[in-house]
Amino acid sequence: MTLLAIDWLLIIEKLILIAIIVFASLGIALYTTFAERKVAAVLQDRPGPNRAGPFGLLQPFADGLKLIMKEEIIPSHANKVLFVLGPGLAMTAALMTCSVIPWSSHLEIFDRKVDLQIADINIGILYIFGVVSMGVYGMMIGGWASNNKFSLMAALRGASQAISYELAMGLSLIAVLMLSGSLSLKTIVDGQMAEGSYWNIVYQPLGFIIFFVCALAECNRTPFDLPEAENELNFGYHQEYSSMKLGFYLFSEYINMIMSSAVMASLYFGGFDVPFLDESTLAPNIAALIGVAALLTKIVIFIFVFMWIRWTVPRFRYDQLMNLGWKTMIPLALFNMLVTGALILLKAGV
Amino acid sequence: MNISQFLFYFLTVLALFSAVMVVVSKNPVHSVLWLIAVFFAISGHYILLNAQFLAIVNLIVYAGAIMVLFLFVIMLMNLNASAEPQKNNWLKLAGVIAGGCFMMVLVSLVKQANELNNIAVTMGSGEIGLIKNLGKALFNDFVVPFEISSVLFLSAMVGAVVIGKKA
Repeated sequence: MTLLAIDWLLIIEKLILIAIIVFASLGIALYTTFAERKVAAVLQDRPGPNRAGPFGLLQPFADGLKLIMKEEIIPSHANKVLFVLGPGLAMTAALMTCSVIPWSSHLEIFDRKVDLQIADINIGILYIFGVVSMGVYGMMIGGWASNNKFSLMAALRGASQAISYELAMGLSLIAVLMLSGSLSLKTIVDGQMAEGSYWNIVYQPLGFIIFFVCALAECNRTPFDLPEAENELNFGYHQEYSSMKLGFYLFSEYINMIMSSAVMASLYFGGFDVPFLDESTLAPNIAALIGVAALLTKIVIFIFVFMWIRWTVPRFRYDQLMNLGWKTMIPLALFNMLVTGALILLKAGV
Repeated sequence: MNISQFLFYFLTVLALFSAVMVVVSKNPVHSVLWLIAVFFAISGHYILLNAQFLAIVNLIVYAGAIMVLFLFVIMLMNLNASAEPQKNNWLKLAGVIAGGCFMMVLVSLVKQANELNNIAVTMGSGEIGLIKNLGKALFNDFVVPFEISSVLFLSAMVGAVVIGKKA
């Protein structure tokens, strides 16, 4: 099947994979909102949402329906094109990360090897980094186009926060790259799965902590949710938004959480690796499905930690946030990089 | 027409159209966004030439960092269409003619350059843009200029901090 010199089967296979992953992440994000409310309820010793459906399980659909049914308001002096573009950009940037994450090894369907990764590009980590830096635009454009000074201030805060923490994040990634010698996420995960090697968290505990804190800041989660500080900025950069446009902004935050959990699991916790299990002894299809389940479990654990932090730690002040980013995280990340490099050279015996 | 030719034409049209829109847009924020589209199209060209590292670094540095700073400045200065000074139509015409002449000179220069004659583009097979080869070239053949430029960046950073402290 070659028309226009294109392998159409490959394109169809990739399209199906993209559709599955996008809808799965949307579905998980839907229930992450529910989990957030339940976790908050448990931590604050109250029942939480329990009216819609058994155990309140239909609550996210009720919330979604409410958002869709609401009146759509565009402020009179807003820049209409950019006002609509903002939430779309935020959502696109959030979903784009999923394309380089290796969800599992490969399935074998009718003698065809289907990799459970949309694109294994040799610059995988840099790609994630690039997409993360695009995420700022949704926030900035939305905040500016609303023509509201609180939105603009929140957008500026969010953008400067994202730029500041990207630096420390990149520096902590370099140490992982030194260990694995590749930018491809698949190679990094395979390296952690190989016989006689441990997960990267064993070699990079400090790097992981830095990466985790930066991920919290990039996702605008408490204690770094300064762009949404209600007591200072009313509601944040999306306060003029209503209906599903607001829904997109809120949703993209949860998708960002899922994606950064997946990235952390892949980089530091062996990706789809199941500890103490030799996957090569199983049939490839079963091993692949177990791998997906393992990665999803790790993602769920990370999301729970995100929520646990949100409902336990109070918000930072803005100058504290900047001091932590520039004066603590970046020097620590540099130190981590130096030590890792020195140890690798020592081991190589140079 | 194979897929890389199709992509080449698509990206070229996208790049040229966005570049024209950067100049034509009345609203400076729109101009910045079109400029980001230009960077995306150029990164696409880099990928066609098998230079993935250059492509993604172009996106991270230009589209991800420098353009954010542009947006910051424009948003804080609150420039918009009404604040833009009205230019004389004759001035605009003169600008178009001068710009067109400059483009003619550039095109003829590129067309006549000896180095560029009879060189076919190697699509999807070049090796120098890959991170491994680029890193080896930077840290072996060009290590002195590379380090000097990093010192230059450091001095620029120190200068920015000093200016920031004064204000």
